[in-house]
Order: sequence, then structure tokens, then C-alpha cells
Amino acid sequence: MSTITPDTKLDIGHNDDPSSNYLTCSSGFLSWAFTLDHKRIGVMYLVGIFTSFFLGGLFALLLRIHLLMPNGLFPETWVNMNTYNQLFTLHGAVMTFLFIIPSVPAALGNFVLPLMVGAKDVAFPRMNLASFHLWVIGAIFFLIALFTTGLDTGWTFYTPYSIETQTNVIAATIGAFILGFSSIFTGLNFIVTVNTMRPPGMSWFKMPLFMWAIYATAIIQILATPVLGITLLLLMAERLLGIGVFDPSMGGDPVLYQHFFWFYSHPAVYIMILPAMGIMSELMSVYSRKPIFGYTFIAYSSIAIALLGFLVWGHHMFVSGQSPMAAVIFSGLTFSVSIPSAIKVFNWLATMYKGNINLATPMCYALSFIFLFAIGGLTGLFLGALATDIHLHDTYFVVAHFHYVMMGGTVIAFVGGLYHWWPKMFGVMYNEAWGRFFCLVVFIGFNLTFFPQFIMGSRGMPRRYATYDPEYQIFHQLSTLGAIVLGLGMVGAVAVLVWSLFNGRKAPANPWGAATLEWTCTSPPPFYNFEHAPHVGSPYDYSQLKYDPQVGGYVKDPNAKPASDHH
Amino acid sequence: MQSILADTMFFPPERSSVAGSVDGLFDFIYYLSAIFFVGIVFAMVYFVLRYYQRPGHKEEPSPSHHEVLEITWSVIPSLLVGVIFFYGFTGYLNMREAPENAYEINVRASKWNWLFVYPNGAESDELHIPVDRPVKFLLQSGDVLHSFYIPAFRIKMDCVPGRYTSTWVIATDTTEAPDPNDENAKDGHLPMNLFCAEYCGEKHSAMRAKVFVHEPGEFDVWVEKAANILEGRSPAEAGEILFKRKGCAQCHSIEGDMSAKYAGPPLNGQWGTERKVTARGTTETVVMDENYVRESIRQPNAKIVEGRKPGMTVFTPQLLKDDEITAIIAYLKSLK
Ligand code: HEM
Ligand SMILES: [Cu+2]
Repeated sequence: MSTITPDTKLDIGHNDDPSSNYLTCSSGFLSWAFTLDHKRIGVMYLVGIFTSFFLGGLFALLLRIHLLMPNGLFPETWVNMNTYNQLFTLHGAVMTFLFIIPSVPAALGNFVLPLMVGAKDVAFPRMNLASFHLWVIGAIFFLIALFTTGLDTGWTFYTPYSIETQTNVIAATIGAFILGFSSIFTGLNFIVTVNTMRPPGMSWFKMPLFMWAIYATAIIQILATPVLGITLLLLMAERLLGIGVFDPSMGGDPVLYQHFFWFYSHPAVYIMILPAMGIMSELMSVYSRKPIFGYTFIAYSSIAIALLGFLVWGHHMFVSGQSPMAAVIFSGLTFSVSIPSAIKVFNWLATMYKGNINLATPMCYALSFIFLFAIGGLTGLFLGALATDIHLHDTYFVVAHFHYVMMGGTVIAFVGGLYHWWPKMFGVMYNEAWGRFFCLVVFIGFNLTFFPQFIMGSRGMPRRYATYDPEYQIFHQLSTLGAIVLGLGMVGAVAVLVWSLFNGRKAPANPWGAATLEWTCTSPPPFYNFEHAPHVGSPYDYSQLKYDPQVGGYVKDPNAKPASDHH
Repeated sequence: MQSILADTMFFPPERSSVAGSVDGLFDFIYYLSAIFFVGIVFAMVYFVLRYYQRPGHKEEPSPSHHEVLEITWSVIPSLLVGVIFFYGFTGYLNMREAPENAYEINVRASKWNWLFVYPNGAESDELHIPVDRPVKFLLQSGDVLHSFYIPAFRIKMDCVPGRYTSTWVIATDTTEAPDPNDENAKDGHLPMNLFCAEYCGEKHSAMRAKVFVHEPGEFDVWVEKAANILEGRSPAEAGEILFKRKGCAQCHSIEGDMSAKYAGPPLNGQWGTERKVTARGTTETVVMDENYVRESIRQPNAKIVEGRKPGMTVFTPQLLKDDEITAIIAYLKSLK
């Protein structure tokens, strides 16, 4: 299925020198911009999404600083209510559409997945490149919105406000529409890659769990994203042509818009969290040196979450005036999704039992994930229960909840995964002490930022407010202080990685002793990933590997007995 | 039911009949989550301390799955979330259906203010309600989505343009200030907050109102007074407001429009003019004067202008007081 042959590749000036790797085999802007190599595409995605992350983060810091005072800290002429509304909108839109949705699948997934199946590339390398180019074009439309009249609808674009606002809704929705295609391309590619390119010996239940997670995510990407596309097209048509589907003044229905929007956007939160769960399964197992506990359950539950996730969108609309019957059904279904997520947490914990736990930086992030995701998931119970959601809906409680899940969950797992695969990606080891230190700073900053928001939310502080009652001030101040700590922590965490590029010790092929295939090639991988087709073993069997101080990493133990089945 | 957490950092004071059960459920989930959370973190920390990689430590074999354990930790949380779901939805159903006899207030949300309209026609931009009596809010929006949220009552409902939504409440305490000299007090009350919870554009965060809860007697006095438009206005001004608010403007043009769009004849420029009317079958001519106007309001069917059909609302003294008729007359006189 892979169409990569030496004749088809576009990589300019590529050389076949065996000592060169994918980073050094060719150089120049074009050799990157038009590469078909999944690894380079993954790296470009990484740069792109980190840029977005820091842009979104900058907006977030401005917001938080503004909220230090009940009437806003900055003078009216700098940040008035209008500016504030644009800041939270762009923060949300950039973080969701440009950063978190592509983060794990498109950046890490792109790099890791083909290596995990021992393949030379994904099934459709050109489509993969197109998905990145679409991402760039989508991002440009967001920048156009940002630098023209801005955008002040909230990332949800709720009608009828989004129909009548004077800001650049069209540019932003075109951007999101294009990003949708980017996401579909990625998903499609991964599904075909997993279905058709697994090496002999890698049956479904011998796949690493990260692959299961990416596969489940891809299903959502290709099924849900078109709904967003249609919704956005209808919204554009509404604004430009006044077709009257969502506009109540023409007999349209704004609640219908919400149904359409959440039909995509709730599954989208699983696009964000499932790959993160996949990373967790890898990290917990590798750094505990134990086969993952309950492999089959984790694998099936990824698919279950992906499918059940399509049935719960109505929980965003409990107070929208939908019928009480609908509300009750959606509430019930919502709880059904919480169970597989909860059980995964128990599985990860059980994996540590009797292990040999290596507190390397990725494991620190993994532990941090469990702590934060537990809070995020448990506070979902308050929102899934109807009586309590009525009070908490659209308050800071919700803001805290989804940040615990999306940032505390997905972003933390993503950074953990990045640290884990970093030696593979760039062939260098980072400084462990600093890596762990900034993990701690992020953890502390995170809790300080978002925990007070649960309290002010349950005390009634609505979200999306530029000014507020003085009774909430203390919580806002704690939260802002936390945000600054968190910001410094994130900058530090990235700086540790960047620093290692220039000063890091050279990485061995398998620094952590992981048993998945990507660790069998050199670090960084050669252009074609593997010199010899790798031998497929059990992805969680560590008995075959032993530490070799001379290499500074793990090598195959010549005395090891052949692996027994891992489950 | 009084919530244990109610007086802690988590909640504003409970001021409605449903707040107790909402907070009770909140407490239940809270303690349950706390138990799970502590368990998870405890297990995690314990494993880390017990099994961390130190010289000489090696992993030991342990089962990679365990059916009994896995079934247990799936079934128990499922049962618990089942319980939460059940109390969540029964509590919710109580919050949705207002009792038949509820006092009904119309709430009109628009960018960026609230307008409350009471059954006797009174209007205000602050919400006033009686204590211990079911009050139903019929919500409307004049432009975009808004959301009617009173944290102390634990109620919230979106105001959707183009349709009606509703919610209701029984307030359990008045907002009367214990100390009348309290510097935050307004008219002797410490009002509560009402927020717009659905983002509605530029001044979303300024779309707040105050909620006053009165003793029933005091409330009746307040609404009466609020409905009394005559005070502090010239009769013609008051008449204009009444003309619109009491529904006259729905059937009578004040721009001379004779068309069938208006069921009644136009009323501008008519003062002192003559018209032909049918009174109990006979035709006579009357002059538009004070007595004719008053009679047309109190007994609209007594004299019907030629070419029009009877059918105007009979305005009894409950609907329109004599003083108010006087104001309307002053207004009609002023219409050219
Ligand atoms: C699995 C990862 C999860 C992610 C990524 C996630 C993400 C989100 C996001 C982004 C929102 C806010 C949307 C907005 O209004 O802007 C939200 C709201 C909500 N979440 Fe989650 N969530 C997750 C898990 C859960 C769980 C486990 C539950 C319940 C058991 C839950 C229940 C809810 C409910 C009911 C709301 C609507 C609350 C409201 O608007 O009042 N979520 N979630
Ligand atoms: Cu509003």
C-alpha cells in the first residue's frame, strides 16, 4: 500500500548515505515543506502546534491578568469588554482547533505510528503532506480573523449572535472548515495504515495500545468532522445569504445550531482525550517495566468511548430549553461514557503494582496526568447530573472541569509523550533533573490556576465575563497567580527540550527499555525508518531487554527466553 | 434539606426550596469523588514509594489481568453513577414543572438588560418577588441567546429568541437587611445577584440585575406602586405609556391608519369631532369627549362606530382605574 519508492519521493537532494538520518539526509526549506516523510511532517506539525499553543497561551495570560481586578486591570483603552470577548474567543478557538485536536494524532501520531508498525511511512504520504498544508492554510485564516476585525463569538459560534456580530466570523469559520479536512485526512490515513500495513505477527490484539487509541480517534475524526463542516457551511450561508435555518427572526432555530455543533464537538473532546489515554498506556507500562494491566479492556474501551461519545452531545444543552425527556436521556448516556474512562485509570494504577518504577520525566507527567485527569473526570459527574448541572452550567466550574480534562489530561499526556519519544525523534537525551523540575512547576501552577475556579463556579461566577462581583476576586487572583507559574513551567519544559537539541548527550536506540517497534531503529531513525524489517514481539514484554551501561540504553538480552503471550 | 457544604467555600447561601436538594446532591457527589480521588492518589503514591527503581530492586511477575478485580471495579462505579443519575434527574424534574397556582412574571432579556413584567402591568429592571410563594418566570429574548441565572436559587434557563422557556422558584428567605443602616442595603434590602449566563456579545458581563425578595404584604405594596404609572408624570405622558401597555395600541392606530390591520378606528386627531354610531340598534351622532371615551372603555359595546364590529375588551376598574382613564384621555387630547 505504501507508495514510497525512491522514484516517487519529492524530498529534494535526499542522499542514501547510511550514516545519515531523516533529519540530515537532505536540507533546505523545500526539502521540508514538500517532504513526504511522515517523520518530517510530524516534526513540522510539532513546530506548528507549539506556535499555536504559545499564541493561545499568551491570550490566556492576558485574560487572566485582566481579571485581577473586578473591573479589569488594564485601562479601558487597552482592554475593554470588546477586547476581552475577542481574547477569550481566540484563546478557545486557537487552543481547540489549531492546537489540541491535531496535537497528539497529527504530531506525535504521525511520527510514531508508522514506526510502531515497522513500516516505512503511512499509507498515503501525499495525503499526509496535504493534511499539514491544509493545517497551515487553516491557521492563516485564523490569523486573518485575528488581524482584521477579530472574532468575538466564543469558539462555539452560537447563533444568532454569530450571524449578527460585525467581527470576522467568515474567516474563522473558513479556517475551521479547512482544519476539518486536515483532521479527516489524518484520520483516514491512520485507519488505512493500521488496517493494511501491520507487519506479519502483529494481530489486532498485539498492537501497542497507542495504536488502538489513534485508531479509535481516527474513527471519530472521519465520522464527526463532516458534521462540523456542514454546520459551518450553513452558518456561512446564514450570514452571507440569510437562508434562515438558524436565525429566529426568519423562523430558524438557534437550538438546532447547538445540536449540530455539539454533535461534532462532543466527540471532538474524545479526539482530544483518547490519544492522550493511548500515550498513558505506553508510559505507565514502560516506566513500571510491567505489561499493561487489562490490555483487552483498554483496547475495547477506546472503541467504546469513541462510539458512545457520539451519543452524549445533549449534555451541553441541559438549560437550552430542550425537552426534559431529552435531558434525562442525555444525562444517562453521559454517565455511561464515564465508566470506561474510570476503569482505564484503575488499569494504569494496577500496572504499577509490583513494578520497577522509573521516575523519569515522562513518568512524572504520567503520574501528574492521573492526578489531574481524576479531578477532571470526577467533576464531570457534577455536570452530568441534571440537578447540579443547572446551577453549574456556564459557570467557572465548567471552565475548571474542561481544563482539568483537556489541559490536565491531554496536554500533560502530550508533553509526557513528547519527552518519551524525544530521544527517538531527535537523537538526543534531555536533562532529567530539569525535566522533572519543570514537570513539578507545571503541576503546581496548574492546580493553583484551575482549582479556585471550581470554587468560584459553584459560588455562581458565570464564564465569559470581563468584569465581576468583588466577592469572586480572591479566587481570580489565585487563579492568575497560578497561570503565571503554569506559563513559566510550560516555557521551562519546552526550553529543556530545545536545550537538549544543542547540548544533549547522544541518545541510544532504546533509552527507556521499551518493547514497541519504534525503539528498534536508531535514534533518530534513518530516512527509511528500518534497515531490516523489525521482528514483531509482544509490545509489553520487557523480559527480553536488559540495560547495557556501555550503550547507555537497553539492548536485547541474548540469554532471554522467547516471550510468552502478554495477556 | 440543609447541605453540609452550603456554608463552606463552595456555595452561595441557599435561598430557594430546591437549593437544598441541589446542594445535597452536590455534597453526595463531592464526598463520593473525594473517596475515589483519595483512593486513587493513595494507591499511586504508595506504588511509587514501594516499587520505585532503586539499586537492586526488580519487577516481579504479577497477573496482567484479573477478572474478578476488573468486574468489581466496573460494577461498583456503574452502580454509583446510576444513583447519581437518578437523584440528578428526579431533582431536575421538580425544577422544571411550575405549580398551577404560581405567580407569573414575564422576563424579557435583550442586549444588555432585563425587563420584568408583572401580572398587573408593572414593569421593572430589578426583579422583585414575594417570599414562600411559587413564582414562575416566562422567559423571552428580544435578540440573541441569553440565560437567566440566579445562583442563590440554583436556577438557570436560557432565553431563546423566537420561543418561550420557563423556570420557577419558591424563595425561602426575604432579602431584607438585618441591619437597616447596612451600607450595602438598598431600600432596606440586601438584594441577590441575577446574571446572564449565556454569552450575548459586548456587554455580556454587565447584564446583571438585582433580586429582591419581599414579605407578601410588602410585595403587594411594591407591585401596586410599580404599576402606578401616574405618579411623577404628566397625565398625557402617563396616558401614552398606559395606551401602549394596556393593549389599546394593538387595535387603534395613532397615525390615522384606517385599514383592517387595526380592528378599531384610529384615535389621533379625533378629539371633539363627531361620528355616527349604532347604539342598541339605532343610529345616533356623538362627539368624542370625556364621557364618550370613558364609556367606550368601560362598556365598549354600548356604542359601535359605523362600519366596525363590536369586540373590544371590556376594561373593568381592575384592569384600568378611573385615574388611568383620565390620563389616557389627556393623551388622546394631545394626539394631533
Ligand atoms: C473524557 C474527556 C472529557 C473532555 C475532553 C471533556 C471536555 C469538555 C468540554 C470542552 C466542555 C465544555 C464545553 C463548553 O461549554 O465550552 C465540557 C463540558 C461538559 N462535560 Fe466534559 N469532558 C470530558 C469528560 C467528561 C465526563 C467524564 C463527563 C461526565 C461524566 C463530562 C460531562 C460534561 C458535561 C455534562 C458538560 C457540560 C457542562 C455544562 O456546560 O454545564 N465530561 N466537557
Ligand atoms: Cu445576555
